[in-house]
Amino acid sequence: MTLLFALLATIAVVCGILMVVQENPVRSALFLVLVMFSLALLYLTLNAAFIAAVQVVVYAGAIMVLFIFVIMLLNLGTPEAMPNKLKPQTLLGIFAGLILVGVLVSMLAGAHSKDSADLSTTAPLTRGFVGASEIGMTLFDPSKPWLFPFEVVSILLLVAAVGAVMLAKKRI
Amino acid sequence: MFPSVVPSVSLNSYLILSAILFTIGVTGVLIKRNPIIIFMCVELMLNAVNLTLVAFSRYQSTVDQTTGLPPAHAINGQMMVIFVMAVAAAEVSVGLGILVSIFRNRTSINVDEIDLMKG
Repeated sequence: MTLLFALLATIAVVCGILMVVQENPVRSALFLVLVMFSLALLYLTLNAAFIAAVQVVVYAGAIMVLFIFVIMLLNLGTPEAMPNKLKPQTLLGIFAGLILVGVLVSMLAGAHSKDSADLSTTAPLTRGFVGASEIGMTLFDPSKPWLFPFEVVSILLLVAAVGAVMLAKKRI
Repeated sequence: MFPSVVPSVSLNSYLILSAILFTIGVTGVLIKRNPIIIFMCVELMLNAVNLTLVAFSRYQSTVDQTTGLPPAHAINGQMMVIFVMAVAAAEVSVGLGILVSIFRNRTSINVDEIDLMKG
């Protein structure tokens, strides 16, 4: 299990770095797909079967298709010849990123949970995979707080669909 | 029901992986000039947060003593992941629509050349 986690984590981090380093947006998109897949497998190691399936369908499927489609539509597949005005910002950005990861990791390394059990030794819950039925029963249970956010998200998605069509119209 | 898999990986490992992925996303947003790659980095940050939510929902530290089952609120982290995914999908569709709209009016969409609001 530890070996599986190490393998998946390495794939995710390496592909994430390669995604940022690439100049070509199509290659970046393909590395992002690899990150999404390794994250889906990590969700499976956390017994979240439904989330893993949704991750593959929504992120690695729908959202990445949208990205590739826009890259092709805007003809951005070739690297630019324009001078990069952001060159001095690059080093600064990498430096800020290193500081951020240092702070986060050092905080997590010394973190303790409320009941003073060390987070690094917390035992996971033992139970079966959380599938679609558990998620659905919780989502549509009126005594739980998730029904109203569900309705709000439906309106949000409608607004986003209408807004995307409006923005991409010929004349704006 | 599938048999339950007991991982020997600690919660901290998942949190540190998530922090590293989040930082890669932040760095990408800071240093890239192609707005499509910037959107991908934002997606990476959202995914890192989703990983923390799922990990926390898995490692809830209290188990019901009488039944031995996890508490009923242990699934709440996964519910939040569902909503984060929905919001991320909406954000990407609107953002890419804006990019297409900018590309119609200007030839380049690089973020260092879009400076109309600079004053």
